[in-house]
Amino acid sequence: MTVPLLEVRNLRVEFPTRRGTLVALDDVSFSIAPGEVLGVVGESGAGKSMTGAAIIGLLEPPGRIAGGQILLNGRRIDNLPYAELRRIRGREIGAIFQDPLTTLNPLYTVGRQLVETMTTHLPLNPAQARAKAIEWLELVGIPAASQRIDSYPHEFSGGMRQRVVIALALCAEPKLIVADEPTTALDVSIQAQVIALLKSLAREKGTSMMLVTHDMGVIAETADRVAVMYAGRIVEIGAVRRVVQHAAHPYSSGLMGSIPPVGRRLDRLQQIDGAMPRLSAIPRGCPYNPRCPQVFDRCRVERPELMPAEGNLAACWLYDGAPQHA
Amino acid sequence: MSDAALRRPGALRRMLDSDLWWSFSHSPVTVASAIVALVCIGGAVLAPWIAPHNPFDLASLQLMDAFKPPAWEADGDPSYLLGTDDQGRDVLSAIMYGARVSLLVGFCAVLLSVTIGITAGLAAGYLGGTVDAVLMRIADIKLTFPTILIALLIDGVVRAALPREVHDQIALYVVIFAIGISNWPSFARTVRGSTLVERNKEYVQAARVIGISRARIMVSHVLPNVLGPVLVIATLNLGFAVLAEATLSFLGVGVPPTQPSLGTLIRIGNDFLFSGEWWITIFPGIALILLVLSVNLLGDWLRDALNPKLR
Amino acid sequence: MRDVAIQGVSPTFGSTGAGPMLETHDVARHFDVSRPLVQRLMAGEGRRLLRAVDGVSFAIARGTTLSLVGESGCGKSTVARLVVGLYPPSRGGVTFDGQDLAQARREAAQRRRMQMIFQDPYASLNPRWRVADIIAEPIRAFGLAQTRAQIEARVAELLTQVGLSPLDGQKFPHEFSGGQRQRISIARALSSNPEFLVCDEPTSALDVSVQAQILNLMKDLQARLGLTYLFISHNLAVVRQVSDRVGVMYLGRLVELAPAETLFETPRHPYTKALMEAIPDLEMTGRQRIPVGGEVPSPIDPPSGCPFHPRCPLANDRCKAERPEMIPARGTPQTLVACHAVEEGRDAA
Repeated sequence: MTVPLLEVRNLRVEFPTRRGTLVALDDVSFSIAPGEVLGVVGESGAGKSMTGAAIIGLLEPPGRIAGGQILLNGRRIDNLPYAELRRIRGREIGAIFQDPLTTLNPLYTVGRQLVETMTTHLPLNPAQARAKAIEWLELVGIPAASQRIDSYPHEFSGGMRQRVVIALALCAEPKLIVADEPTTALDVSIQAQVIALLKSLAREKGTSMMLVTHDMGVIAETADRVAVMYAGRIVEIGAVRRVVQHAAHPYSSGLMGSIPPVGRRLDRLQQIDGAMPRLSAIPRGCPYNPRCPQVFDRCRVERPELMPAEGNLAACWLYDGAPQHA
Repeated sequence: MSDAALRRPGALRRMLDSDLWWSFSHSPVTVASAIVALVCIGGAVLAPWIAPHNPFDLASLQLMDAFKPPAWEADGDPSYLLGTDDQGRDVLSAIMYGARVSLLVGFCAVLLSVTIGITAGLAAGYLGGTVDAVLMRIADIKLTFPTILIALLIDGVVRAALPREVHDQIALYVVIFAIGISNWPSFARTVRGSTLVERNKEYVQAARVIGISRARIMVSHVLPNVLGPVLVIATLNLGFAVLAEATLSFLGVGVPPTQPSLGTLIRIGNDFLFSGEWWITIFPGIALILLVLSVNLLGDWLRDALNPKLR
Repeated sequence: MRDVAIQGVSPTFGSTGAGPMLETHDVARHFDVSRPLVQRLMAGEGRRLLRAVDGVSFAIARGTTLSLVGESGCGKSTVARLVVGLYPPSRGGVTFDGQDLAQARREAAQRRRMQMIFQDPYASLNPRWRVADIIAEPIRAFGLAQTRAQIEARVAELLTQVGLSPLDGQKFPHEFSGGQRQRISIARALSSNPEFLVCDEPTSALDVSVQAQILNLMKDLQARLGLTYLFISHNLAVVRQVSDRVGVMYLGRLVELAPAETLFETPRHPYTKALMEAIPDLEMTGRQRIPVGGEVPSPIDPPSGCPFHPRCPLANDRCKAERPEMIPARGTPQTLVACHAVEEGRDAA
C-alpha cells in the first residue's frame, strides 16, 4: 500500500465549557490515499464538519485538538504554528465551504482573489497568474471568463459563485481538498453540475478530496471510500459501494434505509427511532446503543473499536471475532 | 449529568444554573458594579430608615453644625461622616435622600420611554406601511432635538403657564415627563427592528393561520421575544436619565429645592467649592458617578450576555 | 385547441364526487419589489414586480396528497401561503371546500379546518412559550375545550399522538431536537381537528433518519384522520413517498401536473426530466447523468414564452414566443403538461 497523503490518528477534539469538557471528536482515525476521494457522512452534530475543520486548522474556539495526530505526507500538521499552517492551508490543502460567500471576499474582484492565491503559493508573476486565473475560470465553466474575471462575487449567481470557490480552492494546485457540504446551499439541478465538475477536476489533477456532506447521494456518486460518523466517532469506514449496499454497522444500515428512494414508493420508510445524543450526554459503551435494534449487554458497557466487518471496518460488537454474523 | 436529573429544578436552582448567572459571576467588573449599584439603590430606597439624620427635619437642624468637614478631617464630627452643608445638614443623609429623588425620576422616566417606545415600535414594525412611516418620522424628528433643550422647553412652558406654587408641586412630574418623552425613539427603533425580524418568523405565521388577531399576536407572541434588547437599553438609559435629571437640576430647572436631588446638591455645593468647603459638592458628585457608572456597566454586561453572537 | 386547453386546466380535474377539498383557479401572487419612490424617480425606473406565482390551477381531492415540487424561487412556498390565506392573491381565486377562501377565512368554523406545518423547526415555535401552551393555542382560539382540565387532557392526547410524552408539555422548545420540534408543530396543527394540512417543506431542515420518522408519522396521521395534504418540497424522492398527485413548478407556474406514479414513471416536461436526472443515483447502477445546464432565471424578469426555454434542449422559436398552456399530454392523458414540444410530439425519444 502506498503512503497515504493524509493520515488522521486517534484525533480528539474537545470543547471546554463551564459544564465540563465536551468531547466533539473521539478517537477518529482514517487516511486518504493520493488521488482518493473520501466521503464523510453523518447527521448534524455527528462531527463531520469538525473533522474537516480540524484538518485545515480552522477549529472554532474554544474547540481544540486534545489528542491524536494529523499527518500530511507523513509530516505532522496539527501542532504547527499559525503562520506555517496558513501556508500549508493555501498551498497543500484547499477548502470549499457550504456558503461561497464566506470564502470569497466581497470587496475584491474574483480575479484579484485568484491571482493573489496563486502568486502567494506558486512561482508566478501577476501577469502569468492572471492568465492562469482566466484558464481556471474557464475550466470551472464560467462563461466569458476573460470578462467575468473583473467582476465582484455578488455579481455571480449562487451556482457560479460556488464554481469560483472551486477554482479558488484548486488554483494553487493543492494535494488535498477539504470540501464541507459544497452543494448543500445549491438548487438540485445546480448541485448535479457542481458535483460533476468537482469530480472531473479532482480526477484530472490527481487531487485527493475529503468530501463532507449529509447527502448520501452525493457521496455515492463521488467518493471512493466513505466514513460514517456518529456522535463524534467513525462507526464505519469502507469502499463506498460496500457501505451503501451492504452497510455493516446498524447505524449505517439504518441511515441508508431511511433515505427515501426516488425509484419506488414505499408504504413505510425505515426509520431510526430517537435522536443522536447531545455531546453532553453521550451514552457509555457504544454511543448508538440506545437506538440500536441489535443491542446487547456488551454494547452498553464497552466501547467498540473499528474492526473488520463485511469487507468494511465497523465499530460494532456484532463483528467481534464472530464471522458468523457476517 | 443527565437531562432528566435537571428537568424540573426550582426557580432558584434554575437561575443559578443559567448562562446569564454564569456570565455574571465570572465577570469581576460586573459583580463589583452590581454591588455598588445595590449599595446606591439600597441606600436611596431605605434612606428614611437608615440615614443617620433627616436633612428635611428643620427641628433637628443645628446651624451651629454648619460647614463641618468630613469626620476624618481635623474639625470633623463623627456623627457627620461626610460633613455638613451651610445649613448644618448631614451631607451623607442628603446624598441618600437626593439619590432617592434622582432614582425615582430616572426609573419613572425610563418607564415612560419604554412604554411609549414599545408601543410605537411594535405598531410600526408589525403593522408597517403608513403607520410605520409616520411613527418613525416622528421619532426621527424627536431625535433632532437634544434632551436638555426639550426639557428646558417643557419646563419653560409649564413655568409660564402655571403659578409658582403649582409648578413646584408638579415640577417632579414635569422633569420625569421631559426626560421620558425625549428617550423613547431609541426604544421604538430597537423594538421595531426586532419586530420586523419576529413578524416573519414561522411561529407568527402559524398564529395568523389560526386567525389570532393582530393585537393579540403583537402582545403575546412578538412582545416577549423583543424584550431582551429593551431590557439592555432600559438599563443603559437609567444611567442616562439620572444624569439628565442631575443636569437639569444643576441648571436650576429640575426638581424643586425642597426635594433636592443629587444634581441639586451638586449645584448648591458648587457655590462653596472655592471657599474651601469642597465636601458639599464633591461627595454628591462621587455618588452620582458611582451610581451612573455601575448601572451603565451592568447594562453593558447585559448587552454582551444577551447577544448570542458574542457568546 | 384553445378550448381543449381551457378544459384541460379545469380545476375540478380528478376530484372525487364530494368535490375537492381545495381548488385554485389561475391564482397569482405578485410582490412589489420596487425601490423606494424617491430613488425610483431619480433613477427613472418603473415599478418592479416579482411574479412569485403567476397563474396556477389545481385541485386537491379529499383525503389525498398533492405535492408541489420545484427549485428555490419557483413559487411553491408562496402557493402554500396563498391557500391558507396568509397572502391574498393578486389574481385568480382559491376555493376551500367549495367556498371562496377569503370568505371561509372569516368564519372560525371554517378556519379551524385548515392548518399549516412549516419548514424551520427552530422558527416555527415561539421560544418563550411552553410546549403545552403552543399546542393549546388553537384549542383556546377556537374554543374547542372549555375547562383547563379538558385542554390539558387534549394536549396530552395530542403529544402522545405525535410520539412525545405528555410530560413534555411543561418544557420549552429549546429543550427539543429538530425532529421533536417538528412533532410539536404537527401536534399544534392537529389540535384544531383540521381536515386540510399545508406542509411547507416539513422535513427539509431535518436529518434523513429523522425525516423518515416525520414522513411516517404524517402518513399514519393521514390514514387515521383522513387528512388532505398540500405537500411542498424540493426533494423528489420524498415527494414520491407521500403523494397521490404531483405538480412540478418552475418560475411561478405549473409545468406538469400528474398522478404520482405517472409522473415518476413517464415524466413528460423537459424540466421534470431534468429534475429527475439531477437526483444522485444511490442504487449505484453506474448510470451516467447529464445535468441540465444553466440556472433558474430571476422571477422579476422571466424569459418570454415558455419560462424554461433558455435551458430546454427541445426549445424552438415557438417556445420563445408563446407561453404554453397546461393541456393533457399525448400518450399520458392523465398528465397535464405545459410544453409545446410535448404537444407537437417533438419530445419522442
